[in-house]
Amino acid sequence: MDRHLLVLSTICYLAAVLRLVVALRARIFPRGRFNFFAIGLGFIFQTAFLSVRGHELHRCPLTNLFEVLIFLGWSVALIYMLIGPAYRLSLMGAFTAPLVFLIQAFALLAPIDVRHPVKLPVNSWLEFHASMSIVAYGAFALACVAGVMYLVQERQLKTHQMRSIFYHLPPLTDLFAAITRLLWLGFALYTLGLASGFFVGEPLPRIQVICAVGVWLLYAAILQGRHLRRLAPRRVAALCIIGFSAALTLLWGISFSAQLHSLP
Amino acid sequence: MNLFCVGLSHHSANVETRERFAGDAETECSLRKSGCAEALILTTCNRVEVYGASEKRVSTEEIARCLARKIDQYDPSHASAFYRYEEVQCVQHLFRVASGIDSMVVGETEVFGQTKKAYEGARACGAAGPKLHRLFQRAFRVAKQVRSRTQITRGAVSVGSVTVDLAQRIFGDLSVRKVLVLGAGENSERTARALVSRGVTDLRVSNRSGERAEELAQLVGGVAIPFDQWREQCRQIDILITSTSSDAPLLKPEDLAPVLDDRIDRPLFIIDIAVPRDVDPRVNEMEGVYLYDIDSLQSVADQSLALRRQQVAAAETIIAEHVEDFRNKFLDEGSGVLRQKAQEGSPINDASLRASEL
Repeated sequence: MDRHLLVLSTICYLAAVLRLVVALRARIFPRGRFNFFAIGLGFIFQTAFLSVRGHELHRCPLTNLFEVLIFLGWSVALIYMLIGPAYRLSLMGAFTAPLVFLIQAFALLAPIDVRHPVKLPVNSWLEFHASMSIVAYGAFALACVAGVMYLVQERQLKTHQMRSIFYHLPPLTDLFAAITRLLWLGFALYTLGLASGFFVGEPLPRIQVICAVGVWLLYAAILQGRHLRRLAPRRVAALCIIGFSAALTLLWGISFSAQLHSLP
Repeated sequence: MNLFCVGLSHHSANVETRERFAGDAETECSLRKSGCAEALILTTCNRVEVYGASEKRVSTEEIARCLARKIDQYDPSHASAFYRYEEVQCVQHLFRVASGIDSMVVGETEVFGQTKKAYEGARACGAAGPKLHRLFQRAFRVAKQVRSRTQITRGAVSVGSVTVDLAQRIFGDLSVRKVLVLGAGENSERTARALVSRGVTDLRVSNRSGERAEELAQLVGGVAIPFDQWREQCRQIDILITSTSSDAPLLKPEDLAPVLDDRIDRPLFIIDIAVPRDVDPRVNEMEGVYLYDIDSLQSVADQSLALRRQQVAAAETIIAEHVEDFRNKFLDEGSGVLRQKAQEGSPINDASLRASEL
C-alpha cells in the first residue's frame, strides 16, 4: 500500500518532467504553475507514504537508504514550495522535479528497501538528528539547483549567446540572493542536526562524524567566503554544486554503513 | 454573407505605394455605401486593410479607390499591390495579423492594440456588426493565446531595448541601480532615457565637456560628474554606458582590477556603444563584468528575432485550431460562406454584440 503512494508521487514528478521535455522540444518553457501543482501533489503523496511508513515502524521512517532517499525527496519538495514562490523562482520547479524524480525512481527500482531484522529501539535524539540533517540536505539540494541556474544564466551573459531558457531564468542578483538564503537555511538546520548527534547517547562511527563535520566545514567556508566578500558569486554557485555532491555521498555512505552494521 | 479582407502591407507593396492609401471612419461609410454590410479599416505603419462582410462581391479595385488618400491621384495599376482573402483565408489572415506573425518585426504586440482600436472605432460608428464582432473577438482571443503559450514576443529585437532587457536580466529591479553615462552624445542620451523609463533614478553623467555633461544630466534627471572622476565612480555604479569619441580605449583590465576588488559580489554591466570602442574587450573576461559592445548588442537582438521566428510554427498551430473551430461554428460547410444567424438583420447594439461574443 505505502509503495503505491510512492508510485503515485513519482508519477506526479514524472508528469512535470515530461511536460518540461515536451516544452523544450517545442522550444517553449512551461509556466511555473503546472510544475508547482505537480510537485505539490507529489509532495502530498510523499507525505502520505512517510506517514503510513512511520505508523508502521512506530518511528521516524529513516531506517534504511530507501526511506532516507524518500525523506530527502520530500525535503527538497518542501523547501521548494516554501522558497520557490517567495523568491519568484518558478522555473526552479523545472529543475527540481527531475531531481526529485531521479531520487525516487532510483529508490523504487533499486533493491534498497531492506527492513531491519531486529526492531531498533526508538531514540528521539537520533531521529531528530537524522530528520533535521536531511531537511538541511533538501535546502542544500535547492541551493545546488539555484547554483546550476546561476551558472547557466551567467554563462549566457558572458558569451553573449542567449538561448530560449535565458528569458525564463530569474535575474542574476535574485538568484544569488536565493542561493545565499538557501545556504544559510541549510547551514542552520545542518548545524542543529549535527549538534543533536552528540546527544544520541550511542557511539557513532568515527568516519561518519569526520565526514559530517567535513561537510559542515565546507558549507561554513562557503558562507564565510561569501560573507567576507572573498568569493565571487560564480564560485559560490559552483561550490554549491560541489557541496551538495559531497553531502549526497556522505548521506549514501552513512545509510550504507548503517545497513551493514544492522545485518545479523 | 461573404467575409473578406482586402489590403496591402509591407509584404505586397513598398512604402511609396503604401503611403498613397489610408482609411478612416468616412472611408468605412463609403465602403458600406458601395455594398459592404459591415466594414472595418485597419491602418498601421506597414499595412492598410479592409475587413468586410457583404451580400454581393465588392471588387478589390472599388475598395482600393475608397482607400486612396487623394482620389484624383488614384492610379488603377496600384490595385495589383492589393491582396484579397475570402472566408477561411480571411479569418486565418486576421488571426495572423493580430498575433503579430504577419508583422515586419515578428511577434511585435503593437499591432494587437491597433487592431483593437480599429475594431472599437468601427463598432462605435456602427460600421462593424455581428459578423465582424465575432471575427475580431476571436482574433483577440487567439492573439492572447499565442502570446501566452509561445515565446513569440520574447526578447528584445532592437539595440536600445536589448540594453534595458540585459540590465534587467542581470539586476532585476533597476530602480535601486546606479548608472554612469560616459560621453554625452545622442546614443548615450537614448540609452540613458531607456534605462530611466525602466525605473533608474540614480544617473550620473560624465563628459570631457563639463557643460555638455550638465546639459545631458538635466535632460535625463541625473547629476554631472567631472571627467577626471569617472573611474573612481566605477566602485559605486552598477551600469556603465560609454559612448565617447576617444580613439583609444578608456577602460582597460588594469584600470578596472583595483575597483573590482571592492565589489566582488556586485556585477558590473558595461554597455560600450562607441565606435571605436571605449572599453578593452578583455574586460569581459574579468569576474562579474558583463561587457557588451554595439556588435554584441546587435547579435543579441538578432538571436531574439531568430527565437521569435522559431516560434512561428507553434503559433500557426494555435491559429489553425481556432480557424478550424471558427469555420465549424460560423462558416457554412463547403462554401465557407458566413452562416446566416437568427439575429441577422436585427439592430446592432451592445447587448446583441455581447450575446454573440465568443
